Amino acid sequence: MPLSPVLTQHWDAARSWTLQTYESTGGYSALRTALTMEPAAIVASVKDSGLRGRGGAGFPTGMKWGFLPAPDGGPRYLVVNADESEPGTCKDTPLMMATPQLLIEGIIITSYAIGCHQAFIYVRGEVLHVYRRLLNAVAEARAAGYVGTDVLGSGYDLEITVHAGAGAYICGEETALLDSLEGLRGQPRLKPPFPAVAGLYARPTVVNNVESIASVPSIVGNGSAWFSSMGTERSTGYGLFSLSGHVVRPGQYEAPLGITLRELLEMAGGVRGGHELKFWTPGGSSTPLFTAEHLDVPLDYESVGAAGSMLGTRALQIFDDSTCVVRAVARWADFYAHESCGKCTPCREGTFWLKQVLHRIEHGLGTPGDLEVLLSVCDSILGRAFCALGDGATSTITSSIALFRAEYEAHITGAGCPFDPAASALFEASGAGTLTGTSAGRVGA
Amino acid sequence: MATHEPYTGDKLERLTGDAAAAMARYPKARSALLPLLHLVQSEDGYVSPDGIAFCAATLGLSTAEVSAVATFYSQYKRHPNGTYTVGVCTNTLCAVMGGDAIFDELSAHLGIGNDETTTDGAITLERVECNAACDYAPVVMVNWEFFDNQTPTSATDVVDRLRAGHDVAPTRGAQKVVTFREMSRVLAGFTDGRADEGVGAGEASLRGTLLAEANHWSAPERPGAAPADASPTSTTSTPSTPTVKRPAKARTPRARTPKATAPAPGGEHSSIDTPAGPPEGLADVTKES
Repeated sequence: MPLSPVLTQHWDAARSWTLQTYESTGGYSALRTALTMEPAAIVASVKDSGLRGRGGAGFPTGMKWGFLPAPDGGPRYLVVNADESEPGTCKDTPLMMATPQLLIEGIIITSYAIGCHQAFIYVRGEVLHVYRRLLNAVAEARAAGYVGTDVLGSGYDLEITVHAGAGAYICGEETALLDSLEGLRGQPRLKPPFPAVAGLYARPTVVNNVESIASVPSIVGNGSAWFSSMGTERSTGYGLFSLSGHVVRPGQYEAPLGITLRELLEMAGGVRGGHELKFWTPGGSSTPLFTAEHLDVPLDYESVGAAGSMLGTRALQIFDDSTCVVRAVARWADFYAHESCGKCTPCREGTFWLKQVLHRIEHGLGTPGDLEVLLSVCDSILGRAFCALGDGATSTITSSIALFRAEYEAHITGAGCPFDPAASALFEASGAGTLTGTSAGRVGA
Repeated sequence: MATHEPYTGDKLERLTGDAAAAMARYPKARSALLPLLHLVQSEDGYVSPDGIAFCAATLGLSTAEVSAVATFYSQYKRHPNGTYTVGVCTNTLCAVMGGDAIFDELSAHLGIGNDETTTDGAITLERVECNAACDYAPVVMVNWEFFDNQTPTSATDVVDRLRAGHDVAPTRGAQKVVTFREMSRVLAGFTDGRADEGVGAGEASLRGTLLAEANHWSAPERPGAAPADASPTSTTSTPSTPTVKRPAKARTPRARTPKATAPAPGGEHSSIDTPAGPPEGLADVTKES
């Protein structure tokens, strides 16, 4: 299956981020089409396209829009989730850096379709230049009449506010994001009510991922049938596949959903020379691990789910045979413990203990019952946490124990890690003792 | 309510004006709290007690309410920050690719640990979580600008140049890294005019785009569009790797969906009827929806 660049097609154009370049490559023609359409027809077109949320959960985008209650005269909002923070996920950030106008056009069309006059982009605060590009893109769009009062003489008004977060993974969860945007601690809300009914400022709100919204202009411009001619029957269209790790040419590869890792690896030059694929994440660190046995699993929502993981954000983190799976999983556990917002007990306490036990094992202090402790703690979190963060924290732990139990046991019975961390680095050690791996030892930190 | 108003004179006037501009971006003023905390950091180099009082007075909140928010987010500093925050990604992927070694090297070189600042006030060293640049691992962020594909040697060189007062350019970002205070002002929503600096996309970001160009791969043509010149469809069994680097000058503008011939694979993998299975109860909990 070849690549199908749509979002990435013009990333290599000179000054790709400017409005001038964007217009010269056909940009904003879809908006002109949209403004001649009935808003309901745009919603129907996106529904028909089969576009599913590109931020991880895969909920049908048009259906989400359709959940908004009938207009009551009050405001309704579009909030773009640009808080890209799931470990391994690195697609929205280059998109906003290279072609922010693509996102802005998608926002304008979507806002028009759902009857929104104030949209927000919530971008994580840790990508300074992306924030600059977004601020600049909105200013350029406003100067050209795409944003503001009476968009392109249509009588439709829209304001776009670009909002910088301040460092918190949990704000990628849509209700935590809304609390954060309201100036609160970013903690998830109980659902229902869903944001479509009571979202930002308790008003009807659509929250969509960057890539989802950036896909809208192509659907409006080319038609829903064009979009659904790509991908599979239930996972339609194209998407960004982000290859990282022990691969010869890591990067962004935009392809129809249903492509396989085997195909993508071939394009990316394969696993680093002299090594074999050991494990990989299909959709970020919150998705159960896959191995070489899963190279031919079609990367669509259904097939990845049937194989026991989740398509997530198509963040394909590749680890070769030099990598200690216990070290990798322990570090992800650090992440979830650090990012747990503390609102619910299973996640707050559970992630803390997962981290302790994993580091104990990694450093040769594990006891024979530790794997059962880990599985028991995971069982106490999964399905019992307030939001998906807790569930995600368990994914790589339970899957790695299932796939690599002997490696865990070797750490326990052999009193330590049999791997050399220097061997998995992408550069040579500069001197003896430099790569001790001791920085992994954050027990009790 | 705040009991005192510590900022005075010109400073108070200036910040009050900036705060009003930030609040005007939102339907409700409290939404401006995150930008206001960035603004306070641009003034004081951290979230100072004075700054908390200013935010509280401006938004009609208690200082406890403001502190509760300020302490939730990792970019808000409770102690005066160095001129440059050097953040080494030590999340799993970067750590394994060499981030751990880079952090150890920098820590030894600077004589400081995580969340500590050099005595000259130049560098605050941090472990940071995944910063959405995994295809450039190992990654170091300096004041939240990207330093891609780092090694212990390249990272120590960066901090040495920063401490010597030289301008240092990120891999993908502005022409030079700005100071912590300057950065904080941008994050408060006040642009510094540097958006047009730097590249549009780095090498890893462009790999798929250039590979598709080299192989004449594209998305299908729009239904009903004029016939395009037929390009042979390559198969993935022999992808030709683009040998040309990024074009130095502007390319000829192309239509949104040019010569398209990639076969639509619709349906070929659709035989599995089991729904993609997030754990029970998860389906409606949208992560990064």
